[in-house]
Amino acid sequence: MRKVIMGNHALSYGAMLGRAQVIAAYPITPQTQVVELLSEMCADGTLAAKFIKVESEHSAMAACIGASVAGARTFTATSAQGLALMHEMLHWASGGRHPVVLGNINRAMAPGWSIWSDQNDSLSERDTGWMQFYCSSNQEVLDTTIQAFKVAEALFIPAMVILDAFSLSHTYEVVDVPDLDKVDAFLPPFKPYARVDYRTPRAFNGLTGPENYMELRYKLQKDMERVPEMVEATGREYEKLFGRHLGAVDAYRCEDAETILVTSGTAGYTAHVAVDEMRKDGLKVGNFRMRMFRPFPFDIVRRVLLPAKKVAVVDRNISYGHHGMFAQEVKSALYGIPGAPPVFGFIAGLGGRDITPASFREVVDTAAAQDRPAEEILWIGVKR
Amino acid sequence: MSQEKKMKLTLPVEEYVGSGNLACQGCGANLALRYILKALGPKTVLCIPACCWAVIDGPFPHSCMSVSIYHCAFETAASTATGVKAGLDMLGDTDMNVVSWAGDGGTLDIGIQALSGAAERNDDIIYVCYDNEAYMNTGIQRSSATPKGAWTTTTPVKFPKVESKKDIDAIMAAHRIPYQATASIAYPEDLYKKMLKAKNIKGTRFFHIFAPCPTGWKSRPEDAVKLARMAVQNCLFPLYEIEHGENLALNIKIQNKKPIDDYLKLQGRFRHLKPADIQSMQEEVDRNWNRILKKAQGC
Repeated sequence: MRKVIMGNHALSYGAMLGRAQVIAAYPITPQTQVVELLSEMCADGTLAAKFIKVESEHSAMAACIGASVAGARTFTATSAQGLALMHEMLHWASGGRHPVVLGNINRAMAPGWSIWSDQNDSLSERDTGWMQFYCSSNQEVLDTTIQAFKVAEALFIPAMVILDAFSLSHTYEVVDVPDLDKVDAFLPPFKPYARVDYRTPRAFNGLTGPENYMELRYKLQKDMERVPEMVEATGREYEKLFGRHLGAVDAYRCEDAETILVTSGTAGYTAHVAVDEMRKDGLKVGNFRMRMFRPFPFDIVRRVLLPAKKVAVVDRNISYGHHGMFAQEVKSALYGIPGAPPVFGFIAGLGGRDITPASFREVVDTAAAQDRPAEEILWIGVKR
Repeated sequence: MSQEKKMKLTLPVEEYVGSGNLACQGCGANLALRYILKALGPKTVLCIPACCWAVIDGPFPHSCMSVSIYHCAFETAASTATGVKAGLDMLGDTDMNVVSWAGDGGTLDIGIQALSGAAERNDDIIYVCYDNEAYMNTGIQRSSATPKGAWTTTTPVKFPKVESKKDIDAIMAAHRIPYQATASIAYPEDLYKKMLKAKNIKGTRFFHIFAPCPTGWKSRPEDAVKLARMAVQNCLFPLYEIEHGENLALNIKIQNKKPIDDYLKLQGRFRHLKPADIQSMQEEVDRNWNRILKKAQGC
């Protein structure tokens, strides 16, 4: 059924259609509507789930982990400070191999207080062992949430579904909300290989010495390496049922592009429009919108970007004292490959400043004027 | 021999804590878990945060326990248990006891927010704090459960702890939870009986178990139970239960209240105390005891 819904509600519908069994959440702007709608769904019986109104995000993730080890499918949503407060438990979820699905609304970190979008909250968690998917439309939010459960539970790796504050979270779009029975056919119930159970008592997460710890982390990495292929396969299966394909990346007009923009989130959607405009002006530009940041899809990144003359990464985030984080990782993917194009690292849109088609025109013009990046970071729209 | 009198075993023989675990000699926390599991039985899950029992259980992939354990983060004993209970309920295992099994640091300090949250929501869990009055597992650092005047590695003799022990039982009573109790390893029948009672109550149940730590208290391992008994007899750790934050009932009535001197003398952590310090501690014990007596009388 087609509905006009906000991005936050697309997350709620994704969790509902995925039949989340335990939801534990704490309110934070701009995430609030995600859990408000879910609490209504739990109250009116649309969703058979326990909704735990915890007293903090830290407890939200702890409760999700507890429910997951009991064998339940779990979901939570948060943003910025809330995600940062969860940090310890994000490691716990991935280290304990609990496939929790978390919706994160990208919001800039305080101080100063900000409720507007940038990616420093989620990208600060890139090393916690969670999959990360960045969305650019409400449809994508809903579809990604359903698929995230499937991939997470197949590999016992938790997953973050990420969308921009306001430009997606509070923006209404037409979304095809699939029928529950069709989603059931795609997503069977969660079947953990081990759970807290009196029939087979187990101890989870006991003190792990140097003789065992490294193997547990090796296994996590090896399973992470299986994600890109599984995301593609899951995307194809989903497409057969629902007619929409979602892969690790969305490469648009990249085949013959001389300059390829690397983007993510709603800025990636704007870049798509900007590319069409620039093409009309004869500029050979493409848009490589990365949906999956963790694990980093090295193969696709190399395959698509290597033929270009220049790569211009637009980061709505910054690793202070270094680069934007997408730029860092794109560089690492291309490092040492003979003939690899230079990577221009742009930073734009921090704290919710608009990234417009004109911003991408400026990015492309700047990259065109330089053989190699003149500076480590090229800033767009900053008052100096 | 036909006239031989046999002692009657008052606790079930079933053991859920196996031998060969990593507890120190005379560990009060080890006894405490043995006793509570005798009451709760096999349909029990323990959520254990960082505390002595995070280690006592044994290193991965071993466990001395015959119930399931989830080792959780330090401040999440309550919130993890809340999640486990919700998950088990959703899967139809509605008759399991989900227990948070945490030390005093994990309860009175770092875990108090999650505990307060669970208690306010009246989540259907049994939270047990075994109180050995310091961060024993990390090397005897002071917690807010450490008694005033006690030596710890972060309250050395020259700078002893000047603050009184936090009254976690009053804090929990203020949450109006359906059931809470103090208990002691020196009174296993009392502990067992109260845990059985708690098992059949819905909602948040809180236990505060006095569990001496010979290693941290600088006492003899063989004195652990004796010290626990003395703490009840001298009214330093009275045994009582409270329902819905009211109706305090004393479980062990004290006829001849003893001074705390003998109790202190058996522990190296109090060796430096001067008569004036002991006098001040005694006065505090008396004040606390009188407060409990008043509550027991309903005033």
